[in-house]
Amino acid sequence: MIEVHNVQKSFNGNQVLKGITCTFETGKCNLLLGGSGTGKSVLLQCIVGLMQPDLGSITFDGTMFTNNKVQIRQEIRRKIGMLFQGSALFDSMTVYENVEFPLKMLTPEMSREERRDRVEFCLKRVGLENAGTKMPSEISGGMKKRVGIARAIAPNCTYLFCDEPNSGLDPLTSIKIDELIHEITHEYGITTVVVTHDMNSVIEIGDHIIFLYKGQKLWDGNKDEILNAQVPELKEFIFSSSLVRAAKKVDDETEGGLAAATTDEAINI
Amino acid sequence: MVKSFGEFLLFIQSMLTRKERLRVLWNRTMDECVTIGINSIFIVSIVSAFIGAVTCVQIAYNLTNPLIPKSTIGYMVREMTILELAPTITSIVLAGKVGSSIAGGLGTMRITEQVSALEVMGINSASYLVLPRILASMLMFPLLVIVAMALSIVGGYLAGSLTGAVSAQEYIEGIRTDFIPYNILFALIKSVVFAFLVSAISSFKGYFTEGGALEVGNASTTAVNNSIIAILVADFALAALLL
Ligand SMILES: Nc1ncnc2c1ncn2[C@@H]1O[C@H](COP(=O)(O)OP(=O)(O)OP(=O)(O)O)[C@@H](O)[C@H]1O
Ligand SMILES: [Mg+2]
Repeated sequence: MIEVHNVQKSFNGNQVLKGITCTFETGKCNLLLGGSGTGKSVLLQCIVGLMQPDLGSITFDGTMFTNNKVQIRQEIRRKIGMLFQGSALFDSMTVYENVEFPLKMLTPEMSREERRDRVEFCLKRVGLENAGTKMPSEISGGMKKRVGIARAIAPNCTYLFCDEPNSGLDPLTSIKIDELIHEITHEYGITTVVVTHDMNSVIEIGDHIIFLYKGQKLWDGNKDEILNAQVPELKEFIFSSSLVRAAKKVDDETEGGLAAATTDEAINI
Repeated sequence: MVKSFGEFLLFIQSMLTRKERLRVLWNRTMDECVTIGINSIFIVSIVSAFIGAVTCVQIAYNLTNPLIPKSTIGYMVREMTILELAPTITSIVLAGKVGSSIAGGLGTMRITEQVSALEVMGINSASYLVLPRILASMLMFPLLVIVAMALSIVGGYLAGSLTGAVSAQEYIEGIRTDFIPYNILFALIKSVVFAFLVSAISSFKGYFTEGGALEVGNASTTAVNNSIIAILVADFALAALLL
């Protein structure tokens, strides 16, 4: 479980995070939802330690992360896997070497054969067992995201962070990536945090959703509660998507499963 | 100016704390050596051979007094290329080639979040990416300078013989007159210093790139500019100190 307590961050007097307190639960897909510019990426970077919050604290399973000793921060960082918005694959290495890289660096005691097995397992897990010899410039955006996921989970991470895993992907590929993240989370009991502004993801994989608005947390709950949330900003955000409006209508008329309806419509696009 | 110099020192310090395992550092350094050495040897050879040739021909043109022996041409070519032209011109050429590739490479890694990806894995990106580049430059620059010294003397020899400005025998006689081995050491010291300046300045510019592709281009250009200025200032300082 990751606990974020009263995290604040400003850039040149412009306060981006205004004291955020929330928890990300173990074994669940925790979604950080919010419009553009609300500080989702900044919060994520504060949590993984790429940025230092001005105030507040972050603990990983009870261990303090902010302002702790370098060794302890390092220990925690080695348990973190991250999928970046642009995948951030190392473009001088092949797909295989990309996935192998964290193993080489973080677990030097692993033998070459063990490493090869692990890399092959991870590539297979994301459905890319045949792409190992390709360079990142030779594969599509969706494949890059998969490689990014494989690289993040290769060293058996305990925490997985994904910054907009489905930006720039077509709806069907998005759903597949979402499902992959969801499955991996449940399979290995990882604490996953996904930054998104995509309502499809919310309804697909939102085990626990945190809604950010202008640097503040306005709401949190699960995907079944979100459609009935009584926060005006959240309502406006959710129902700006005509897909969700349509789904809601179907839901109201038939009392059927909302998630099912949305997924079907998404696939029909 | 003062602020960025302070930042530069902090950057060098961050690179030296929390280093990677020695084997990783060694492998990375060797990789960079291959890139820097192989990619630069062609241009360095061409430039130094022509510099030797031009120096020889021009000295011969200026040397009209019949009392001065022709072998002086060989002597002067040797002195000029070993002391100044080989180390300095080679380093300036390398500032353009190695400096821009270091700054461009690191800048691209920064804006595509590859640097952040390393940091998230708990790797000190400065020491993983930058230290091997600096070490590799400090190893390869002197070697390239030795190649440049040899080739410029050969260039002078060929130019002298081909144009008839100086006979092969006289040229070689000049080359062998009053040789001071310390000059070679001095040139090598210079090249190590220049290597550090070029690689560290270019890494600094590239590593802290912010923005997009345009900024990566700008970082490369400033890296080369600043490296060349640093080389010339250091050249003067070293000559004043060590000669
Ligand atoms: N390094 C930085 N320096 C200055 N301001 C920044 C920096 N990073 C982010 N900001 C500001 O913080 C605000 C929030 O940015 P952030 O990237 O977190 O938005 P976001 O919620 O991730 O949006 P999106 O969904 O578009 O990615 C923006 O107004 C941005 O200008
Ligand atoms: Mg963002």
